[in-house]
Amino acid sequence: MAMTFHVDVVSAEEEIFSGSVEMLFAPGEMGDLGIMARHSPLLTSLKPGELRLQLPNGEDQYIYVSGGMLEVQPHIVTVLSDTAVRAKDIDEAAAMEAKEKAEAALKDNKGEIDFALAESQLAEAVAQLHMLKKLKNSTHR
Amino acid sequence: MAVGKEIRTQIKSIQNTQKITRAMEMVAASKMRKAQSRMQASKPYAAKMRNVIAHLAHAHPEYKHPYLADRDVKKVGYILISSDRGLCGGLNTNLFKAAIASLRENDEKGYKADVCVIGSKGESFMKRIGANIVSTASHLGDAPGVSDLIGSVKVMLDAYDKGEIDRLYLVNNDFVNTMIQSPQVSQLLPITVAEPEVEMKHHWDYLYEPEAKVVLDKLMMRYIESLVYQGVVENIACEQAARMVAMKSASDNAGDIIDDLKLVYNKARQAAITQEISEIVAGAAAV
Repeated sequence: MAMTFHVDVVSAEEEIFSGSVEMLFAPGEMGDLGIMARHSPLLTSLKPGELRLQLPNGEDQYIYVSGGMLEVQPHIVTVLSDTAVRAKDIDEAAAMEAKEKAEAALKDNKGEIDFALAESQLAEAVAQLHMLKKLKNSTHR
Repeated sequence: MAVGKEIRTQIKSIQNTQKITRAMEMVAASKMRKAQSRMQASKPYAAKMRNVIAHLAHAHPEYKHPYLADRDVKKVGYILISSDRGLCGGLNTNLFKAAIASLRENDEKGYKADVCVIGSKGESFMKRIGANIVSTASHLGDAPGVSDLIGSVKVMLDAYDKGEIDRLYLVNNDFVNTMIQSPQVSQLLPITVAEPEVEMKHHWDYLYEPEAKVVLDKLMMRYIESLVYQGVVENIACEQAARMVAMKSASDNAGDIIDDLKLVYNKARQAAITQEISEIVAGAAAV
């Protein structure tokens, strides 16, 4: 029987796979990779593509990854999968959008934080909360 | 019977309010459970990355990634995560208090601050007090994706790369349990790496494909994003928990008021009956 090793496939949003695997095929940035147990430590980025896991029971499991990172250690392999398709221009566009939203939100803003205003508003809110608590206690005679 | 008509309408209207708060409480409870499991699911990713980064930081003492290097502070950045909606008790207020305390501390040292806000409550608060908001993201819904945050985080990371900010903080609520959510301010950049738990016996390093720097850049960016994402998901769990508690106490309060009003109503009714009887008796006696 071939040696197995542990594979974790995780994304920022969820854990996708965790278990023993005989061999792992991954779409590496510089070409496809086949990883078996006792591979030397490796860190690489992944292209969007298919991850193939050869399970000990002879079955294959396929997982689609839209890019990410692959970390290999002799007995444990971690795939840090991206949840979204990443490309420089897409990221750039998203950043621009976030900036524009902020600019639209504050026209004629001086960029100086008015601490007095902030504190007075917070104090007011806190006072209201205190008041509510008191009111609640008083009804509980 | 004409007695206490207005009291009865008042009781009715409070009962209606109570129905709404009850419903909101139950909705918040079920959303909280979902948010909590999402929060748990996002943890392994960041934990794995932290391990890799900790290893990298120690395996490469000579190469310092800018995200790992401490530098002189001239300007700081904040990522503030708040909720989109209100009616969740003092959650946002407490968070803003913590943020303002930290902002003021930096202001006294002469550091200016750029702010990135996530959530419309934080947006309007920061706008009111005149903070310099550089990017925003709001109305992400109950199940935000990492892709919703990439843009606004990138703005801050770019600013850090260009040296416009020298330190980046994350302000969000920490989910302790259903009853307790505490605001926290944590430093995102430069990354503070914990010492490895076991001293490495022999020096080993990864093979990098294509090369160390490119891989590290990608990794660092994703790490920060995942931390922010985690903060957002955690904040949603906090929001729902706080709302559940707030709505529960609102329902209880409505119940108390209804009880009080019922007492007043019954007293009035009894008084009216007594009066009626005594009038009849007095009338009979007169005849």
